[in-house]
Amino acid sequence: MTRPMIAFEGVTKRFGSWTAVDGVSLAVEEGEFCVLVGPSGSGKSTLLRMVNRLAAPDAGAVRVAGEDIAGLAPEALRRRMGYVIQSVGLFPHWTVARNIATVPVLLGWPRARVRERVDALMRLLNLDPDRFRGLYPHQLSGGQQQRVGVARALAGDPPVLLMDEPFSALDPITRGTLRTELAQIHRKTGKTILFVTHDMDEALALADRIAVLEQGRLVQHATPREILTRPADGFVRDLVGREEWGLKRLAVETAGERARPDAPPPSEQPPGEPLPGDMPLRRALSEMIARGVDRLPVMDAEGRPAGVLHLADLVRS
Amino acid sequence: MTGRRFWQVFGLLADRLVLAVLALVLLLYGMPLLKPFFAALYPTLDRPMYEGDGFAALAADHMALVGLSSLAAAAAGVLAGLAVTRPWGAEFRGLVEALATAGQTFPPVAVLAVAVPAVGFGAAPALIALTLYAVLPIVQNTIAGLEGVPAPVLESARGMGMRPAAILLRVELPLAAPVILAGLRTAVAINVGTAAIASTVGAKTLGLPIIVGLNGANPAYVIQGALVVAALAVVVDLGFDRLALLLSRWQRA
Repeated sequence: MTRPMIAFEGVTKRFGSWTAVDGVSLAVEEGEFCVLVGPSGSGKSTLLRMVNRLAAPDAGAVRVAGEDIAGLAPEALRRRMGYVIQSVGLFPHWTVARNIATVPVLLGWPRARVRERVDALMRLLNLDPDRFRGLYPHQLSGGQQQRVGVARALAGDPPVLLMDEPFSALDPITRGTLRTELAQIHRKTGKTILFVTHDMDEALALADRIAVLEQGRLVQHATPREILTRPADGFVRDLVGREEWGLKRLAVETAGERARPDAPPPSEQPPGEPLPGDMPLRRALSEMIARGVDRLPVMDAEGRPAGVLHLADLVRS
Repeated sequence: MTGRRFWQVFGLLADRLVLAVLALVLLLYGMPLLKPFFAALYPTLDRPMYEGDGFAALAADHMALVGLSSLAAAAAGVLAGLAVTRPWGAEFRGLVEALATAGQTFPPVAVLAVAVPAVGFGAAPALIALTLYAVLPIVQNTIAGLEGVPAPVLESARGMGMRPAAILLRVELPLAAPVILAGLRTAVAINVGTAAIASTVGAKTLGLPIIVGLNGANPAYVIQGALVVAALAVVVDLGFDRLALLLSRWQRA
């Protein structure tokens, strides 16, 4: 078994008489996208802030790449972790480029390398470098600001990304776009991401594994599919919500997983543009409704036929 | 003179700061030329032009007094403001703020008057009074400016791995600078005026012709002194205006 990238070991944090985090043990593997989800006051932000030592545990230990972080210099530790917060917190008197360059400059990178890195990140976050490089944060929309925030967090090429409700203040459309882009960035870069949200739908859409917190305690740590199909208790079930449960269930499985693999001869292949194998079933259903068909061909990542998805397969559990 | 050169010179003259400096310099060195004007204005006066010390020399002393007291006050005020906004100095914050607010309810002239019995006549009481008074708006604005730095900005600066000294120098002070500067501007404006009154306690300043004129029933002296002080005040104010624009360029980008 690989050593976890982030490990909480019996971590407790109290503020006065209130216990924010209560004996949480949790491991996040290298490259994993872990989402901490829970209502406000459930301790998820505090748990996140203990990873970069913006908060210190009263009991227990936090390990990063196997090392107990209590023994590390906080500044050096933080430069190895990207940090994104809901209110973004860009430096208002610095240009977009200078903001993104914060950590590389702190790390003393040569000027040319910093510039190259800034441009690459702006392109990764779909910000045209020539247009945005010299602008100040107040000249950007909320969504653009948070793109800069994410780029700034990635700048030092940290192995770990900590994100505290990064998209909660954005409008639903921008939020959706940034979510999709973050998922792509995660796939492309293989960063270990610890992401806090109160929105279970966001957690289901992004996470490899979800850690559900309630009043400082970890109530379930599982994949989105398990959270949907085997919620640990009524609290988790309520958090998922009964409304549109079926569609959420379809959203965490892909067309490739449910397709009937034995490809029929080309003559019996159902007509229509094949679905990519990694398309969530929820979108596959939407495609069927839109095209008015009850079966669609599925292709794999290389574009080869990978079976046929039938409408009936969607309701099979 | 080509057209472009003309407009360059003309544009420079249209700059208010340049105009004010020009007016001040003219007043400092060209005042004697106005003698016929004052003689005509006050035909009964034997001496219609103040001829004690040159206006330039008085202005130099005046500015030295203002500059020295303002620098000392800026150093003390900014340091005090910094100290009480750090975690280790937070318990003194209430006290410092109360002192700053209460102190400003005294008129600066009163502070001047109180300083004389303490240190005698001359430049010393003026220096002390001006310094003490100037500290107040500076400390107040330093606290306000540092408080105005948004919490998320500080949070992300820490989260990014910046050390406290770097956060202070690269984030907090640049963001607070326009507000701190506004405090300094208030302080210096008050000092330019109060330094003139400091002539009553024996400091050599541009207030001297005014005091001498008032004592000797010579309104020409009063006007001459007042003109120069006013020009100096305008120059200082416009200078700060320019500095404030420089410090907050990013806000208007």
